[in-house]
Amino acid sequence: MSLEALIPSAIDGLMLGFVYGLAAMGLTLIFGVMRVINLSHGPVIALGMFVVYTLFTGPLGVNPYLGIVAALVIGLAFGVVEYFVALDRVINAPELTTLLATFSVNLMIIGIATSVFTTTPRAVDVSLGSVGIGNVTVLGTHAVAVLVAIVVAAGLYGLLFRTRVGKSIRAVANNRAAAELMGIDSRRMLALAFGIGTSLAMVSGALLSTLFPFNPLSGTGYEVKSFVIVVLGGLGNPTGALLGGIVIGLLEGVTTVFIPVSWVPVLEYVIFILILLVRPAGLLGARA
Amino acid sequence: MRPTRIVAIAIVGLVAAACGGTTTPQASGAPTAGGSAAPAVSKALNIGFTNSQTGAQQVASTKQTEGIKLWVDQVTKAGGIKLKDGTVLMPKVTFYDDGSATDRVQQLYTKLINDDKVDVLLSPYSSSLVKAAAVVSEQNGKVMITAGGADDATMEQGFTNIYQVYSPGSKYLTGAIDLMLKLDPSIKKVAIVNEKDSFSVSVVTAAKPYAESKGLQVVVNQGYDTGTTDFAPFINQIVAAAPDAIIGGGHLVDGTAFAKALKEKNVSARFVALLVAPPEPTFADIGDAANFTVGPSQWEIPVKYNEAAAKALNIPFYGITSDSFTSAYRAMFNSAPSYHSAGGFAAGLILQRALEDAGSTDPAKLRASLDKTDVMTFFGRTKFSTDAKTHGKQVAHDMVYIQWQKGSDGKLAAQVVWPTEAKTAEAQLRK
Repeated sequence: MSLEALIPSAIDGLMLGFVYGLAAMGLTLIFGVMRVINLSHGPVIALGMFVVYTLFTGPLGVNPYLGIVAALVIGLAFGVVEYFVALDRVINAPELTTLLATFSVNLMIIGIATSVFTTTPRAVDVSLGSVGIGNVTVLGTHAVAVLVAIVVAAGLYGLLFRTRVGKSIRAVANNRAAAELMGIDSRRMLALAFGIGTSLAMVSGALLSTLFPFNPLSGTGYEVKSFVIVVLGGLGNPTGALLGGIVIGLLEGVTTVFIPVSWVPVLEYVIFILILLVRPAGLLGARA
Repeated sequence: MRPTRIVAIAIVGLVAAACGGTTTPQASGAPTAGGSAAPAVSKALNIGFTNSQTGAQQVASTKQTEGIKLWVDQVTKAGGIKLKDGTVLMPKVTFYDDGSATDRVQQLYTKLINDDKVDVLLSPYSSSLVKAAAVVSEQNGKVMITAGGADDATMEQGFTNIYQVYSPGSKYLTGAIDLMLKLDPSIKKVAIVNEKDSFSVSVVTAAKPYAESKGLQVVVNQGYDTGTTDFAPFINQIVAAAPDAIIGGGHLVDGTAFAKALKEKNVSARFVALLVAPPEPTFADIGDAANFTVGPSQWEIPVKYNEAAAKALNIPFYGITSDSFTSAYRAMFNSAPSYHSAGGFAAGLILQRALEDAGSTDPAKLRASLDKTDVMTFFGRTKFSTDAKTHGKQVAHDMVYIQWQKGSDGKLAAQVVWPTEAKTAEAQLRK
């Protein structure tokens, strides 16, 4: 145990927590609006990584940070298509049906991605230098990831709470029948919400691709982490998800100073179970 | 037959065609040694193995497979393996993609033995996969020469059919510690951060007490899960403990990411030695982060094991020279061989010599021949333990240490820094 490592570990964990939070926001938005547990979340995160990788290593050599913008747009379109292909016809069925529908999409994405890209690890070689103060070294790539995560999260907040479309999405989330009576096309709003949630997952994957090596199966770990974060922050609550992500990131960073790194996931799942038992609504309570 | 069944069979066939490979040399017209007449009997020697065409071990495994392919090519061009009774064995290699997964290895080695009816097995790459294959080979009484597995534990289970060409993992970092202390005797604190797979653990299990026996203090001793990509938690601990040296790592992907992270976080240790990753040419892709990193290697191009070296040890030399291997490899694959490539070729050579000596593919005769093997090839000395508990474990091969250094032209190059008789540059401390 070394307390000298506490501050740098906490800062590293905190910074990563923003990216975790962004991924979890996508998952919780979809659940909050349409009560769908999206099991295609992990593979979509991995797809975001490969969007950046493919553009970066392709003939155009697109800058990874422009690739993140591409991931945002592709994610939105992918989510809307996924909604109409896999969910639209079963959206009113029991939750198990939509869960299985998204699980099917999960398997399809993983199957296609592993065939195309194989499971060989890839990396996007990007470096933005670092800033060092004492024994704390902040990497440029991590700092930019935090900034992008904050901008995207703020954009989501603005969209949901400052625009007519956002108001419509929230209305559909609160009471779909009443929203339809007010003239809102709920089907379109559900598709849009699913697209936004998918887009957030893809952007988080795109950001992670600038930090760590990855392969088509890399999204699974982040998906599981997203579920822990979503429960911690409050099911269906995007702000809670961002906060939950930061808490989990911080926890990961700080606990590694006191316990072996291998034990961190165990601790995370203990917290997951405790939250479900003691405060099932999460830190901020469940709401859309 | 139902259409669905036809489709299913077609898919299975396509998958098998995509994943597998068979190299059948053209026997006809191949010259025979000494220009003698055509042999009385020509038989196929069915050799099976899996490789990692996908997954984490893809790079090193591909190199190993290339080494095996080169050996097959050379044997074929030489007219096959000639046995004492005049029989000529023409190698036919069957291999499948294991995806770097142990469960696939076990399925595929079972298939190689039961369906493909191979005579003898070579190993996949990486200790975890070798361990999985070894269990199947042993259960079925098939001789397997392992090239890509250095794990001690696999070779300490009393197996009777498994023979290890590589130096065992316990020798990987102990030599690096000797090199480090020779370079800078004032080094006192060392951090050990390693992958928690069987190979890396066996390396560290030997290296840690060795370091302590040399008076070093182990200030960080942490393992990371296979597939780890975020090394920040470990590096923060390393920075806080301020070690003089860092040793550990695991395989190519994690080792490369670890070295890159050490540079990004400006870790100032004077000596860094990592497993497996540094000897691979692709390690240089991380640029300055590779500079001064030391890596244990099973073989490097400048190391010349030759007839004179064999004579000095009073053992025979077998096969081609290091220069011949390197030039043939470059001609065939248009790239430099790594130690994984050399290991693949050497496994073939050892098998070839044992077959010639045994005069048969019979497993019992082959085992008897391998048990008494004590030979030098371009890869180094090969001798197997005949002790019941450690049977087949490599006991004579020596490690080589490389260090990435920037030349006067600013380009990174892997220099051999140990053993001294083969060194191409002096080892240096990190700056």
